[in-house]
Amino acid sequence: VARVLLFGRFADAAGWREREVEAPRLSELTHALGEADDLLGEALARPGLQVAVNQAIVRGDAELGPADEVAYLPPMSGG
Amino acid sequence: MIRLQTEPFDAGALLAQVSAAAGGAGAVASFTGLVRPATDGRSVEMLELDCYLGLAEQVIGGYVEEAVRRFSLLEALVVHRHGAIAPGEAIVFVAAAAAHRRAAFDAVDFLMDRLKTEAPFWKKEHGPAGGHWIEPRPADYHDAARWAPKDAT
Repeated sequence: VARVLLFGRFADAAGWREREVEAPRLSELTHALGEADDLLGEALARPGLQVAVNQAIVRGDAELGPADEVAYLPPMSGG
Repeated sequence: MIRLQTEPFDAGALLAQVSAAAGGAGAVASFTGLVRPATDGRSVEMLELDCYLGLAEQVIGGYVEEAVRRFSLLEALVVHRHGAIAPGEAIVFVAAAAAHRRAAFDAVDFLMDRLKTEAPFWKKEHGPAGGHWIEPRPADYHDAARWAPKDAT
């Protein structure tokens, strides 16, 4: 079970910030989140999405282990 | 050193701390970013800053270490707020101390460019017409690209 974190416009679209979701791979997790919620699916499809697994940015797919923290990050804008 | 906090800060006091801590420095440069009272003609009543704290500490800490190495800094400080921030209040403070001015100016410029595009913060402006999320401008990516390795040669 992955601990999913949403930030910025993704959290607004979904109406939640943190949830546990069962998924063996990152690609399947992202697909399942979009299937379950059209608004979140649209938001995640926007350009500039980055995903962090256990606080490290991941490019491409990844296997998910138990208790992994998966964060969906819109384009960052600090400062 | 980095600090991520919801509370307001006093940029003048932070600058004094950096100057005091940087023994032997010949230059201290700093930047303070403020929340604008209006963007593109829309008035801003409050800026909401979402932050992935764990990742932000790691990412900003890495850029501070890089700046210290790259610009031979004697001291560096980044303070960034998150949560709800009122117009006119400071949102970010960056200071760098070095032997000479160019390294101090460049280090602050470098750190700000990195924060703008690489640090996990998300801004939502709240105004009379509601709220909307702000994304980095093309100019922010252009600014950040100035520090690519080829520039260092």
